[in-house]
Amino acid sequence: MRYRLPLAVFLILIIFLAIGLTLDPREVPSPFIGKPAPEFALPELADSTKTLNPRELKGRVFLLNVWASWCVSCRQEHPVLLDLAKRNIVPLYGLNYKDERTSAQRWLEQFGDPYVASGFDADGRVGINWGVYGVPETFVVDREGVIRYKQTGPLTPEILENKLLPLIRQLQGSPT
Amino acid sequence: MIRPLILLFWLLPLIAAAVEVREFDDTAKQERYERLIGELRCLVCQNQSLADSDADLAKDLRDEVYDIIQSGRSEEEAIRFLTDRYGDFVLYRPPLKSVTLLLWGGPLLILLSGIVFIWNQVKRRSSVARIDLTEEEQQRLERLKRNLEG
Repeated sequence: MRYRLPLAVFLILIIFLAIGLTLDPREVPSPFIGKPAPEFALPELADSTKTLNPRELKGRVFLLNVWASWCVSCRQEHPVLLDLAKRNIVPLYGLNYKDERTSAQRWLEQFGDPYVASGFDADGRVGINWGVYGVPETFVVDREGVIRYKQTGPLTPEILENKLLPLIRQLQGSPT
Repeated sequence: MIRPLILLFWLLPLIAAAVEVREFDDTAKQERYERLIGELRCLVCQNQSLADSDADLAKDLRDEVYDIIQSGRSEEEAIRFLTDRYGDFVLYRPPLKSVTLLLWGGPLLILLSGIVFIWNQVKRRSSVARIDLTEEEQQRLERLKRNLEG
């Protein structure tokens, strides 16, 4: 009887700690969800005379994938992106973050290029404006240019099928 | 020969701790900058402040904070720059909001429940002690007390 209170406190503590163990501390909630995507105008990776500007993509749902040739996890998610590009569901744009142009171009030649185009963000300023902190990251932007979802870390086929694609279909289906 | 080496060894942490050197046009700005980067959290090594972190992103964010402070804008502006992009997570001192109410109020709540708990215990014990004495024991106690004082 007299141990009831300490036991209750202990159990509550255990519950809190157990919940804590299942959370991923790397996953920081993005303040951008539901907010307009930050603007930028970056030279394209393949052709520096062309500019990539998300404002010109308004009216379409698109994905922006932040990647770099130095990023190991990007290799891991690359097949998922190639597969997505092949299925022609949604345009995929790249943000080549803090990279060197030649290495990045070589990387795409070697592993395949899933992107409609990639913006070349050499100093990472655009990345900072988009709140990038762990490459790879993937943003879902709706027709109004509002960020609807952010995936930090590599995309897996499961995340793509269960989270991204249903959301994209829903966004594409909704009238503007 | 060995002595200067040892001295150098002791100086090593100083060298390692020094992040890039920043030029400020006045020392107040430098102080503000240093206080800020010590209070803001790096997103890559999450247990380190921007000042401590060696991560590439931390350096870039120090650059941004430096630009803001050096150009004469306020600390709030630097903090807003980071929270707009990375959320309240970058703050080691979370702001008081509805979602952080438990975080801020929690310690007070625990303190209060502790006080209530101890209060109850003390009250119970003292009332128990009084009840336990019979008439005879009470008289004996009084006698003993008198003897002690006498």
